[in-house]
Amino acid sequence: MTVSFADSIGLHAQSLMLREKRGEILASNIANAATPNFKARDFDFEGELARATGGGALTVTAQNHLAGGLSDGNLGYRVPLNASMDGNTVELPVEQMEFAENTLRYQTSLQLLNRRISGLMTAIKGE
Amino acid sequence: MSDIRNVFDVGARAMSAQMVRMNTVASNLANASTVASKPEDAFRALRPVFATEFARAQEGLSTATVESVVMLDRQPEKQFRPDHPAADAQGFVYAAAVNTEEEMVEMVEASRQYQNTLETMTTLRALMARTVQMGQ
Repeated sequence: MTVSFADSIGLHAQSLMLREKRGEILASNIANAATPNFKARDFDFEGELARATGGGALTVTAQNHLAGGLSDGNLGYRVPLNASMDGNTVELPVEQMEFAENTLRYQTSLQLLNRRISGLMTAIKGE
Repeated sequence: MSDIRNVFDVGARAMSAQMVRMNTVASNLANASTVASKPEDAFRALRPVFATEFARAQEGLSTATVESVVMLDRQPEKQFRPDHPAADAQGFVYAAAVNTEEEMVEMVEASRQYQNTLETMTTLRALMARTVQMGQ
């Protein structure tokens, strides 16, 4: 039986990269909570993960891109629940909740990844 | 200014923008009780103008920076105080155009947003530290 390293940790590794990217985007939104005309950004996590793991071969379009990261042009703008008068679409409670959820899911992926790695280590050592 | 490379640059610049805002509030409150002999010499409240700075290399990363600091276009209050050493020939002085309550609200908002940014940075830093220890 052959164990593919990519199959074993692939999904969570991709998930971790996308969660990190999403954390950065949400942090940018929170940092711009008081900037007039700033438009809050986000991306569809599930869609991006499906594309990164199942949607055919991964391609690298630029040298400084890591395969499996967020693909170009898939970053959207958030539709505000209550638009503010200064043109800013950041709603702090929304961003903070999304950030909290993203953090928790990042930790979950990290934990599962750690379990996988320790499982592989046990198999390698044969203890 | 150099490009925004990571989320720490985002945090650093956004927090320093909020600090500039806090400093303008401090200046405004410190000058709130000053008077001048002429209306054009009276102190007017300062406000920072925030602008978004986008990362050139990475889409989605952006931070808040202070574009400029402006004086609010408000008229100082004309007060009749003939005993004041700065009073003009008619006995009037011009009090600083600062609304103390408004400054307090501004201060609380700046402080809360500073804390929000700091909290996101702390969380992301902790996640990164845990990721570094992966597989140990």
